[in-house]
Amino acid sequence: MATVANPIEVKKQGRQAFATLGVALLLAVAGYCALFVAPTERTMGLIQRIFYFHVPFGWTAFVAFFISFVASIAYLRSRAPKWDWLAVSAAEVGVPFVTVMLVTGPIWAHPVWGIWWTWDARLTSTFVLWVLYVCYLLLRSLIDEPERRAVVSAVFGIFAAFDIPLVYFSIWFFRTQHPQPVIGAGGSLDPRMLDVLLLCWGATLALAALLLPQRYRLEALRYEVERLRWESDRRGGAATFSEAKK
Amino acid sequence: MQFDKRYGARFAARDISLSIAPGECVALIGHNGSGKTTLLKAAALLIRPSAGRVQFSNVGANGAGENSLAIKRYIGFVSHSTLLYDELTAEENLVLFARLYGLDSAEECARAALDPAGLASRGNDLVRNFSRGMRQRLTIARALIAAPKLLLLDEPSTGLDRAGHQWLGAALASVAATGCTVMMSTHGASEVNAIVTRAVRLLSGSIVEDSASSGSPRAMLAAALAAHQEA
Amino acid sequence: MALARPIGILLAKELRTEFRTRELVATTLVFVLIVLVLFSFTFDPTAVESRRFGPGLLWLALLFAGSLMLHPSFTREQSNETLMALRMAPIEPVAIVTAKILANFCFLAVAEVILLPVFAVLYNLKLWPVVGRLSAVLILGTLGLCIVGTVFAAISSQARMRELLLPLLLLPLLAPALIASAEATAGLLEDPPALSTVWIGVLATFDTIFLTVTWLFGEYLLEE
Repeated sequence: MATVANPIEVKKQGRQAFATLGVALLLAVAGYCALFVAPTERTMGLIQRIFYFHVPFGWTAFVAFFISFVASIAYLRSRAPKWDWLAVSAAEVGVPFVTVMLVTGPIWAHPVWGIWWTWDARLTSTFVLWVLYVCYLLLRSLIDEPERRAVVSAVFGIFAAFDIPLVYFSIWFFRTQHPQPVIGAGGSLDPRMLDVLLLCWGATLALAALLLPQRYRLEALRYEVERLRWESDRRGGAATFSEAKK
Repeated sequence: MQFDKRYGARFAARDISLSIAPGECVALIGHNGSGKTTLLKAAALLIRPSAGRVQFSNVGANGAGENSLAIKRYIGFVSHSTLLYDELTAEENLVLFARLYGLDSAEECARAALDPAGLASRGNDLVRNFSRGMRQRLTIARALIAAPKLLLLDEPSTGLDRAGHQWLGAALASVAATGCTVMMSTHGASEVNAIVTRAVRLLSGSIVEDSASSGSPRAMLAAALAAHQEA
Repeated sequence: MALARPIGILLAKELRTEFRTRELVATTLVFVLIVLVLFSFTFDPTAVESRRFGPGLLWLALLFAGSLMLHPSFTREQSNETLMALRMAPIEPVAIVTAKILANFCFLAVAEVILLPVFAVLYNLKLWPVVGRLSAVLILGTLGLCIVGTVFAAISSQARMRELLLPLLLLPLLAPALIASAEATAGLLEDPPALSTVWIGVLATFDTIFLTVTWLFGEYLLEE
């Protein structure tokens, strides 16, 4: 069989490579800025620069989870599988991003305060957020039937999304009653720091935007394979099945 | 009714286009997995079709909303599961469903329904203690308690002995005599099929043979019985 | 309201079934008792410590017990496919879910009424003076647990590993309610007792939001 390269495929792959390169470049620039361009913070020194990734990864995760939430609602209303694909893709992209945020937290905290973890409001709430979406993915893995999986996880996703603001508020208010050291305490932000922060956020968003369609396409392909497999099983078994009835 | 139903990427029922007139008694034949249960559940408005719709007297319904509730009132369903609460007595089960279907004086309706099922003396016993045959009779009593206009049965003779078969045949005959439309999936066992006026054969989720357009119901049923006994 | 009637019928059915077997309330009671007793070994129940740890432990115990007790709400319906029978009846699907929420609330409430005096005795707490306000906290907190718990019982009944899945899903989601209930209870045990409006507000918001979400989306969980 002649292996002729499909021109459309080649173009798609070319665009994909270009996009990946672009995002890598953006991340490199952001990293450079975070490390060298941003002014050194007064009290914490070098380690504070983790802040430029700790926070943007968190924000991007929020964006991803919001997309998942909207997709869940859209799925329940329309029952079109593509919304389910989007919901799971967004959640799967969000979870690693939150993980990065949770991991960089202690890495930042240890040199500064000598402790790995404090039950400070933001970190604890983010931890609950992480658990909720890991549960979302776990739930999906435990239901085999695709439509049930989509419906059930969509409902769970909606519950989780509405819970998030309550979690953040409750833990925050609890902490005002029982204070503990806070990681990354506020204080005003030097405008140059803000610029670098936004640049890093842009970079992480770009990374997420690169990963999300990949995952989405994977889900769509799985669906298609499933469908084709079932079709071929059926064709094999149906003797009197009329071809015209398609 | 006319609909498609998919499960995920797989079609459990495909391109089903079926019109049933009132009073008909339709037998659904086919192997396991050919889509009979799906068809019955769609008719009971239990399953939401992925495409197309289920219509009753030109009133569409999709399982929710005003129309659906009004239509469900007149549908009775018998499955091979008993659809009964083991921890309640026979009478309590019937009263529950009578009330849910909006019948007044539910207790009287329940007591009245126990008699034809031969369970009048067992009204206060827990269903948990019933034999298979008794449960089946109670299940049918439950389905009929609200005087349905459409009765759907999914393999009702499974697990019944000879006497049970005969009882079921007689019960269905009396139901059909009242003008109720009946649709049931069957493997072709003779007693229950005396009332059949039309047969439809399903294969892999699509209709492949319909006695309304070709052939006789008896012949199709006989063929199905033969095929089933071979298997 | 047209919903009230089917909810009432189904609620009666749930209560009657439970009354026959009494398995849920009994198990919940025993479980919470065991947890409370075991926890009391981990610290010396002096007045101050009891007031600090007691409320949290009580609510944690209720949470765990609840997540075990809520599980049969839907799995009980699976053996004879009775849920299918209910869905076929001419009632709104949301009535089925609401009836189960109310039934679970009743069961848990019964267990709590029995447990509270035991809790007060074991941990040397003076609950009687604040019993009215405490009841309000208990009602709101238990309601939250039942709303989310019943919905999640419906969710987990369709998945594998369902017994483990329900607590797993429930605990993180109920975190705000747990914090709010425990803090509100702790506030009532202080000297002088103070009912925190913020935490009551959190509980009320929690209950309202999730009840609304259940009414909007809960029925999809019952489908096949």
